[in-house]
Amino acid sequence: MRFMVIVKATKESEAGVLPDHKLLEEMGRFNEELSKAGVMLAGEGLQPSSKGARIRFSGSKRTVIDGPFAETKELVAGFWLIQAKSKEEAIEWMKRSPNPHPGQECEIEIRQLFDAEDFGAEFTPELREQEERIRAEAAKRNK
Amino acid sequence: MTAADTHRTIEAVWRIESPRLIAGLVRMVRDVGLAEDLAQDALVAALERWPDSGVPEKPGAWLMATAKHRAIDRMRHRTLAQQKHQELGRDADAQREVALADLEAAIDDDIGDDLLRLMFTSCHPVLATEARVALTLRLLGGLTTDEIARAFLVPEATVAQRIVRAKRALADAGVPFEVPRGEELARRLSSVLEVIYLVFNEGYSATAGDDWMRPALCEEALRLGRVLAGLAPREAEVHGILALMEIQASRARARTSPSGEPVLLLEQDRSRWDWIQVRRGLAALARAESLGSPRGTYTLQAAIAACHARARTAEQTDWKRIAELYDELAGMARSPVVELNRAVAHGMAFGPAAGLALADALTAEPALAGYHLLPSVRGDLLSKLGRRDEARAEFERAASMTRNARERKLLLDRAASA
Repeated sequence: MRFMVIVKATKESEAGVLPDHKLLEEMGRFNEELSKAGVMLAGEGLQPSSKGARIRFSGSKRTVIDGPFAETKELVAGFWLIQAKSKEEAIEWMKRSPNPHPGQECEIEIRQLFDAEDFGAEFTPELREQEERIRAEAAKRNK
Repeated sequence: MTAADTHRTIEAVWRIESPRLIAGLVRMVRDVGLAEDLAQDALVAALERWPDSGVPEKPGAWLMATAKHRAIDRMRHRTLAQQKHQELGRDADAQREVALADLEAAIDDDIGDDLLRLMFTSCHPVLATEARVALTLRLLGGLTTDEIARAFLVPEATVAQRIVRAKRALADAGVPFEVPRGEELARRLSSVLEVIYLVFNEGYSATAGDDWMRPALCEEALRLGRVLAGLAPREAEVHGILALMEIQASRARARTSPSGEPVLLLEQDRSRWDWIQVRRGLAALARAESLGSPRGTYTLQAAIAACHARARTAEQTDWKRIAELYDELAGMARSPVVELNRAVAHGMAFGPAAGLALADALTAEPALAGYHLLPSVRGDLLSKLGRRDEARAEFERAASMTRNARERKLLLDRAASA
């Protein structure tokens, strides 16, 4: 199953303060660990909400609102997309992350993605390589 | 945290840590079976202590330290036994100290290479394919025997026995714990890739089985592929197989209709493909192609899958390119299944008559007797040529051969409308 790990914003991330060298290095190491374990699918940091916009839908009406937005702690500052076997595994991995905003209180949120529930049989003109099975069956028949 | 929570946390920690733990231990004790026993001892210790003490800050280090102590205990016992047996006297103490120091040094070495060694060891050609698969899922995937059994529809005891025998076979054959070099590397790597792809296909083709475990097998194969790509980044085919799996898996959501009917590749709603995954697949393919020439069989298959992935609509599919790639694949690894694919591609690229000529050449192929996709492909080509009676007969024949009920229905529908 896949999870989106959402890094929430802080005052500083919203002010556009860039991560320092030490954090970049630690994050780099952590991402490398995730990636080497085959867990990391994607991950990006986001620019402050002052550079973003919102579109509010109300019936058929659309209103564009430019950033920045006030509710800092609810804003998203970055994300990972990871693959894990369970929510517990996702939690265990993310507990190992360096604090994304060193010296400050911040939260990351772990949310499960909807996945294809059913990997049913596919019938395609582009056939799959099923050598092994066919060979095994052929061998059985020839016995 | 309740006891059940702690238990789930320990399971999660185990899944994360066990491959590295076992890999490090194998290097130390040079025996896969013993290493797994030591790792299991550490797991048991964690299950006993963590519910009270809480999960330690660095659970991986805790497990390793515990396993290491068990290893040293066992070694002490052995040395003591030897001492009594051989009456080595005073020298034994000194010898034991040296042995223990070696052991400690061995444990603290870099761990990355160990994982790669472990992968090559558990996929060693001295083992039967199914033993390799079971051992790899167990040691590198951290799957339980029960999970492996459910995925492959065999009794748990069978899997347990396969694993025990595999470990014994590795010890008996004296398989060294190392990454092979030179010509040996290519041969052994193909054995590792075979295992990974088999696991993937078992999950992807779903001829039968526990629905819940099947996607897990695909995920596991993808994870192993990514791990391998990180460990052996210069091997083109490693990126090739990863690309192939990513692109195939990206279609998972579109492969079945809401009512559970299989959906043909060309009829799939491409907006339901996982485009992030497609992009990862294409990136892996680009890496594979930049590393190796000529392209290997996995890279070629990935290149074919990529032709579909790049086409925004089915009509935009570059069938001539696909036909060329199948020609190249057939030249490299000729097999009845590749030939059948080639027939389909040529039929799309150069017209149904060209495809049928290739498909007809396969009707006497013993390996394809009983394989429903041959008559279904012939049925499709015949119906495009307007030979409706023959087409209907082929679809009916195909329907009688498939084991999958939904597929049978699809084929019977086609027979009815032919």
